[in-house]
Amino acid sequence: MTTSSPARRRPFNAWLHLAMLPMLITAIVAYLGATVWTFALSFTGSRMFPNSEFVGLLQYRRLFSSDRWSLAVENLAFYCVGSIVLSTLVGFLLAVFMDQKIRSESLFRSIFLYPFALSFVVTGLVWQWMFNPQMGIQAAVRGWGFESFTLDWIVTQEYVMLWVIIAALWQGSGLIMALILAGLRGVDEEIWKAARLDGIPVWRTYLSIVLPMIGGTVGTVLTLQIIGSIKVYDIVVAMTRGGPGLASDVPAKFIMDNIGARANLGQAAAASVVLLLTVIALLVPYYYFTKQQKSKRERAK
Amino acid sequence: MNTVTHPRPAAAAIRPRRRGQSPARFLIYLFLIFAALLYLLPLWVMVVTSLKTMDEVRASSIFAMPLAPTLQPWIEAWSSACTGLECRGVSVGFWRSVQIVVPSVLVSILIGAVNGYALSLWKPRYGNWIFGLLMIGVFVPAQVLLYPIVMFLSRLELFGTLTGLVVVHTVFGMPIMTLLFRNYYTSLPEELFKAARIDGGGFWRIFWSVMLPMSKPMLIVATIMQVTGIWNDYLMGLIFGGPELAPMTVQLNNIVNSTFGERAYNVNMAATLLTSAVPLLVYLLSGRWFVRGIAAGAVKG
Repeated sequence: MTTSSPARRRPFNAWLHLAMLPMLITAIVAYLGATVWTFALSFTGSRMFPNSEFVGLLQYRRLFSSDRWSLAVENLAFYCVGSIVLSTLVGFLLAVFMDQKIRSESLFRSIFLYPFALSFVVTGLVWQWMFNPQMGIQAAVRGWGFESFTLDWIVTQEYVMLWVIIAALWQGSGLIMALILAGLRGVDEEIWKAARLDGIPVWRTYLSIVLPMIGGTVGTVLTLQIIGSIKVYDIVVAMTRGGPGLASDVPAKFIMDNIGARANLGQAAAASVVLLLTVIALLVPYYYFTKQQKSKRERAK
Repeated sequence: MNTVTHPRPAAAAIRPRRRGQSPARFLIYLFLIFAALLYLLPLWVMVVTSLKTMDEVRASSIFAMPLAPTLQPWIEAWSSACTGLECRGVSVGFWRSVQIVVPSVLVSILIGAVNGYALSLWKPRYGNWIFGLLMIGVFVPAQVLLYPIVMFLSRLELFGTLTGLVVVHTVFGMPIMTLLFRNYYTSLPEELFKAARIDGGGFWRIFWSVMLPMSKPMLIVATIMQVTGIWNDYLMGLIFGGPELAPMTVQLNNIVNSTFGERAYNVNMAATLLTSAVPLLVYLLSGRWFVRGIAAGAVKG
């Protein structure tokens, strides 16, 4: 910090500014510029190509009265809540079990984490087969003699999103486990000793003492999942292609279809802006919350 | 991630946590083994199905061992599976992905390292401001930026070219790469940089001869993240690759989801395993580093 005192300000360094150029261009053109452009497009009647015909809020009105969009949003809400709650629960549970000084910990860790190395496309395809009524689990269990066993949710409109959630759970919960386990390892051993001396059962200690102590990790885990699950696209395309019908449509796919096949750029832009505003609305409170916590901690020191 | 960070020998001696709770320990292992089997199930299904003939796939359960293992599906998947456009197998996509991943990983890491170095050690006055803008990229859904970036790239006549794809992967990887290296260089002792400055080192000299050789751990982490991330990418490859440069994930999805008539499940699963081979190998060979990488990226991002 001392180097930037005005008395010792360095002479203009051309190399430094040149080296910053890619970052400058990326930030200003690709991030800021593109966001502003999409925002502007959402107020135009652009079809296949952008045009500057100003239509006010028409695209947004159209968007909010579109059945397909509201279904996509509903699906996304279900997916976000479902996958975040389940992945966090499963991840936490696995982490707690892994934290019991078990043998072959690294083997278990590798097993729980390997799906994270696979792409969403692969995840979607694998689970498409697992849930395929003619070939997959249903057929196998029937083959074992349970003739009436039914597991055809992937071809059932009401339940298809649930399958996407399960596939995502398989892919991502290992990461949650690894992150929470790292958090648990950071908890002071003294806390455990004190809790044991007071005769508090292990599960109570985890829930009431340890969980609040790793609040930061849990916050990170939740933020990561919010950012990740709002973008959900590949896994749906690979697993269901948005079907059956439009039953597993999601906003990211709605946007892609409107940019591409449906040639409705203005509509896609409006949907993108709504998606972006949702992310901001979800993350800003979290950002302020962690900032407050940090300043509280600093004041406590 | 280090399991032996806490000096615990004394605690272990007095700790009553283990006192002969063998039924509890048994249940812990039971739970973990059961969970591990569930996580391995999809991989098992893929492997056994890929080794069966279609007759056997139709006749047997998806979980059953192959009776007469054959490598024919693997050969077909690699060299003659059809995408609807061509019948040349996933090998085409494999080499394209290699072609995309190698330059994208090199360029994105190099630029990330230079950014992090410039921001943390040279502290340009507008640095924080640009860095803040760049962080938009962490939470903005890619769909918001896609169309404008397509337009920028076609204006530069880079759309659908390898250079264009490398640019796109560099742009979308830049926030996390910059963050990673910025945090790393900030954590190094500042005296090191000051000494190099006093010795008359310039911007690039200090970067190449002092900082980059010291960044080996971050370079490994960044390589693991970028290789798996870019190899597994679907969206960017789909949009910016076009038919000429469709990476392996896009090709796999085309093979599996666009075939007509009876699906060759054994070939499809072999193709899926082939597509997962690179990230799985990276994951298995890198072990701890992989976890460390995602933890570093996740916790600080």
